[in-house]
Amino acid sequence: MTSPLEQKKIKITGPSVVTANRTWDGIVIYRTARQDWSAKLSDAAIVRTSDEARALLAESVADDVGAVGAYIAPVEIKESGKIKPGNLREHIRLQGVTIDLPVPA
Amino acid sequence: MYAYDELDRTLINERVEEFRDQVKRRLSGELTEDEFKMLRLQNGVYLQLHAYMFRIAIPYGTLSSEQLRRLAHVARRYDRGYGHFTTRQNIQFNWIKLAELPDALGDLAEVGIHAMQTSGNNTRNVTSDQWAGVAPGEIEDPRIWSELIRQYTTLHPEFSFLPRKFKFAITASPHDRAAIKIHDIGLRLHRNAEGETGFEVLVGGGLGRTPFIGKTIKPFVHGRDLLSYVEAILRVYNQYGRRDNIYKARIKILVHELGIDKFAKEVEDEWQEMRDSDTALTLDDAMIEDIRSRFTYPAYEKLPHTPEELKKAAHDPLFERWRKNSVSTHKVQGYAIVTLSLKPVGGPPGDATADQMDALADLADKYSFGEIRVGHEQNLALPHVAKRDLPALWNALDKIGLATPNVNLVSDIIACPGLDYCSLANARSIPIAQELTRRFANHETADLIGRLHINISGCINACGHHHVGHIGILGVEKNGEEFYQITIGGRADENAELGALIGPAVPYGEVADVVEDIVEAYLALRARPDELFVDTVKRLGVEPFRERVYATR
Amino acid sequence: MPLVKDGKITGDEFIHVADDAEVPGGGAILLSSTRFLGDPEALSRRAGKTGVIWPNNRDLDDLVPYLDRLAVVALVFPTFRDGRAYSQARLLRERHNYRGELRATGQVLRDQFLFMLRAGFDSFEVKKPADAEAFAITVKRYSVFYQPTGDGRMTALHRRMMLRHSESASP
Repeated sequence: MTSPLEQKKIKITGPSVVTANRTWDGIVIYRTARQDWSAKLSDAAIVRTSDEARALLAESVADDVGAVGAYIAPVEIKESGKIKPGNLREHIRLQGVTIDLPVPA
Repeated sequence: MYAYDELDRTLINERVEEFRDQVKRRLSGELTEDEFKMLRLQNGVYLQLHAYMFRIAIPYGTLSSEQLRRLAHVARRYDRGYGHFTTRQNIQFNWIKLAELPDALGDLAEVGIHAMQTSGNNTRNVTSDQWAGVAPGEIEDPRIWSELIRQYTTLHPEFSFLPRKFKFAITASPHDRAAIKIHDIGLRLHRNAEGETGFEVLVGGGLGRTPFIGKTIKPFVHGRDLLSYVEAILRVYNQYGRRDNIYKARIKILVHELGIDKFAKEVEDEWQEMRDSDTALTLDDAMIEDIRSRFTYPAYEKLPHTPEELKKAAHDPLFERWRKNSVSTHKVQGYAIVTLSLKPVGGPPGDATADQMDALADLADKYSFGEIRVGHEQNLALPHVAKRDLPALWNALDKIGLATPNVNLVSDIIACPGLDYCSLANARSIPIAQELTRRFANHETADLIGRLHINISGCINACGHHHVGHIGILGVEKNGEEFYQITIGGRADENAELGALIGPAVPYGEVADVVEDIVEAYLALRARPDELFVDTVKRLGVEPFRERVYATR
Repeated sequence: MPLVKDGKITGDEFIHVADDAEVPGGGAILLSSTRFLGDPEALSRRAGKTGVIWPNNRDLDDLVPYLDRLAVVALVFPTFRDGRAYSQARLLRERHNYRGELRATGQVLRDQFLFMLRAGFDSFEVKKPADAEAFAITVKRYSVFYQPTGDGRMTALHRRMMLRHSESASP
């Protein structure tokens, strides 16, 4: 849980989103601009300033029943407007493991 | 096998119902995540990158074929058709839904499997030698004592909220396969001068951010006093272990900060105080005998030392290669312990599919009196195979991908799930392991190299036991890139040692090259072909390896 | 914050007296350990019932001499994750034979009730009203116990021994 105190320290250096896991099944979700969650990164609300990030995170954390462990994650916005995860960890969360699963899905 | 009685089964069922209620309260919002987190951890439920992860205990590494089939069922019904065996005799499922977890637990409870205390700041699954009860030269089956400790620590009212997690390991063999020296409490069963059995008690071992080899706190504790002595240690730790800093909360830090002598005195004082109390934990012989009597052993036949089938199969070099590194001496003549590698070339270490589990359960029924073992090296074993059946078993294992002839060799790699699954990881482990198994896929080369353990962790928490790998690989993050620190000379057995850093961290793409260079340096530096890698490092130190490996880098 | 005592929700007769407030001569009061240790002889002999709130990092030895004159010892769970008071409770009950009310205070939640009961607590300042109402059901959740504590519940090990005896005694 991110305490309000820790949220004060939040500083972002580029476009970011808020991501979490859905409580009942654990899947990766992103906070949308409609105060809701979506499994698609393309639905995510993009924040560009630390104030916006803090506000979006505060709103996300308030939904303790729906989501677990919300935090701010960097994204990259392509020229086409497509949103990409900003680091390897977020890439893996979105795309899945980088290896072949023992049993193909 | 240990047979759970009505009392054990009742408790497991009561735990399932309690957890069902906790999940219900979480999903309805009665419990916040902050409150629920500890409750789910106490029952083995983590939140990982993609989903919840569910860790199930396999106490002292013993499974029945029925239990293995049930694990396969859970993999299929509630997960994605496979499971991951860990370095502490647990199995993990990676894609479980919280809402379905109580049902999965209920299915497991029917065959006596649970997830109690497989995570959280409590006493964890008690681990032991995967060859317990069948290894030649063992003092006594250490699972009797493991089970006594399992029961004693399960839902302990005083010690369910310790400063940090707490792990026990027990061995009763001269050769330590349970890695007791890297546990919070390590127990070595031995006989004193009077011929009584008891324990050398080690305390404060552990890996992670601040690794320590365990220190002997008492050279001999009589079996009847084991639980009271353990309680004294836990009580001192519960009261004085640090709670202000999660990185300094393990008992190893308390032992280190107080010094072993001062810590030992605190424990001794507490122990003397409690020994005479009404709630003393002194075990009488009848209680120990009761637990002992519920471990049953197969009705072994009288079989020849070297059956005809084995002599015939010895002409097949492929069989012989597998036999040499997978088949070990059993305490009963005519029988063998067979280790099954979960490290196929190019595969993720420790994973088994539901189909493999089912097929293996059938083979265990046919060839191993329905019993399977799980070891901390992330391999499985069949503990009671008649030697005459070895060729047939080998054929059957080969068909299900469980006969890779690399046990204890360079491609028998221990690895944590790493950044592919784990929310704590800084770097990936599995792809590094996979690449290494491809580099060392040639079994003749691997035979030439001999015993060599590579251990890989994706972060400083060291679930892949990198500190005690003969070659240890630790993933770190540098400016958003995966880098890996490499150590050599570590070992986890009775001569446990922490590895030493060989040089600067290298990027993801260079790890396999560096390991190959280390192995080549070893082949050039070893005194004789049978001088093991760790012994060469011990004799020469890190420097000659560093020179060779980093000279051109 | 509801108080559960002897398994039932009850009113709390004890009044918390702040460290800078005057101690009344009569009536049931709870004092901090600091206040109490300022004048333990007098405070433990006052006419009304006296209880002490004992922090989980303070040595019990300072409290032990006054135990038989105290009506309540309240042990503290600053968070439910901090389990030091479980050890203190067992020591008070099992080693120092404290027989007065042993109260759990702080972050006292439903899922810890049974552990607390087994450690020797008999009253609970419960954080959530719904948890207090669920007390009776919650503490009946388990019927099998593996460890001996001062609560007298028979351990699985002992039950098995008794079962064996009765089996071997029957014809």
